[in-house]
Amino acid sequence: MIAGSRLEKVLASGQFAVTAELGPPKSGDITQLKHHAEALRNHVEAFNITDNQTAIVRTSSIACGAALIQMGLEPVIQMTVRDRNRIALQSDLLGAVALGMKNVLCLSGDHQKFGNEPGAKGVFDIDSMQLIKALKDMRDEGKFIGGESLEHPLEKIFIGAVANPFADPFEYRVDRLEKKINAGASFIQTQCIFDLERFKKWMEMVRERGLHKKVYIMGGVTPIKSLGAARYMKNNVSGIIIPDELITRLQGAKDKKEEGLKICIETIQQLKEIEGVAGVHIMAIAWEEIVPEIVERAGLYPRPAV
Amino acid sequence: MIIAERKPFAQIKEMLAPYQRICVLGCGTCVTVCMAGGQKEAEELAALIRIQRKQDRQEATVEAFTIERQCEFEFIDQVLERLKGYDAILSLACGIGVQTLVEHVPALRVMPGLNTKFMGYPVAQGVWVERCLGCGDCVLHLTEGICPITRCAKSLLNGPCGGSAEGKCEVSKELDCAWHLIHDRLASLGRLSLMAEIQPPKDWSSSHHGGPRTIVREDVKLDRGE
Ligand code: SF4
Ligand code: SF4
Repeated sequence: MIAGSRLEKVLASGQFAVTAELGPPKSGDITQLKHHAEALRNHVEAFNITDNQTAIVRTSSIACGAALIQMGLEPVIQMTVRDRNRIALQSDLLGAVALGMKNVLCLSGDHQKFGNEPGAKGVFDIDSMQLIKALKDMRDEGKFIGGESLEHPLEKIFIGAVANPFADPFEYRVDRLEKKINAGASFIQTQCIFDLERFKKWMEMVRERGLHKKVYIMGGVTPIKSLGAARYMKNNVSGIIIPDELITRLQGAKDKKEEGLKICIETIQQLKEIEGVAGVHIMAIAWEEIVPEIVERAGLYPRPAV
Repeated sequence: MIIAERKPFAQIKEMLAPYQRICVLGCGTCVTVCMAGGQKEAEELAALIRIQRKQDRQEATVEAFTIERQCEFEFIDQVLERLKGYDAILSLACGIGVQTLVEHVPALRVMPGLNTKFMGYPVAQGVWVERCLGCGDCVLHLTEGICPITRCAKSLLNGPCGGSAEGKCEVSKELDCAWHLIHDRLASLGRLSLMAEIQPPKDWSSSHHGGPRTIVREDVKLDRGE
């Protein structure tokens, strides 16, 4: 056990873990985010709070995380390297720890071009790999990137990273996972899985190298609400693969929402059967209220007590 | 070389509005090769300004000529007297040329006629690409000659992000993913293990983030008094 967060405890116990994503609002009013968190309280171990996802200005991840902690819930703070340099990232991490946050997820972040401030200067002072390593060194060596020592040892944090088996070059995606483990990642959340065949192939390569024993891999899933949403993702989101069969299946369905849900639930059930998959991360952005139903129908309810 | 593009004419017109005796000054080096600010472009632009002035009934003398390099004092010195005869100089050099002129001859009023874009090269007739950001600490030996600082939209140092798809960058299907190119090149040279090494955070103080840079080479300085 490294940090002893609830998420880590469930993963370490060998039980299939569940996390869900919450997207902060484009305002200073986080009532709805708190409302969603409350509704999901008993259905997930922890809540990922996105960091200005798709480069759209939103309430900060750590601020929302603090609100969750006040509610007795557990956040997974997302940190991208797009908007903050190493000074700000390290400072914010210290702040997050001071407020009681234990889980941190490191990402590159979508390019600023996609958001509502396309003229912004992308920072990218360090990359996600270097961020993982930096957080690990702060935690384990008590050192900042520049080499100076922290004044006081850091409360332990559980460091996560993302993996995208659907990005290219495909052969490299397992190398990259290994690199993230070597940098200091203890858990992984993957990009949304729609192409299970490709995911299984990736997991096979992961197991060949024994990487599933070195890191907890949580498969990412997203319930698709409509045919339009599926088509949009297929054509416009780079690094997501939506197989044609899935589009056809949605086309043929009377109730698209129900079909999208079924696909999501079936994916989770399949993930549970894949050796080396330690949990699921549900990304139902703008459809958070559906998460309890997904968790229940996927047979993941009640959540274990740890 | 330095790649530049002519400013929109409307902007040039506005900049020059207060002046009567105008010199469009070309530069014989990079901007000549990238067809933005050589003798030919200087003459064309001067002709355009004359027509506009005539149409707008604003008096002006507009002349065009070119010097070999606007970014060296010696070349400026050769035409110094002539330059002093104008109210304004529209420099068709890169931003460095404009600043060299002003620094060397503070009495001159110099306007930029070009937007200086980047350091790069032509890949086809009429197509120029950016290839170096002058980061001050070159890593091309780690990537077998493909610059991740410039060509990766996030200047990543540790491999392709999750947005790399089918060889293209998440930013645009028109752009190659630099790290996909690097990956394939390293693989073909049997050097893929390089990508497994965690590259530490870059020291950006050697780039512009450390403020404007100066190189002093004692071995070639003239004023050593030896
Ligand atoms: S690594 Fe730096 S110096 Fe080398 S080509 Fe790229 S930007 Fe230029
Ligand atoms: S897709 Fe490739 S080039 Fe584009 S930001 Fe990601 S790694 Fe860089």
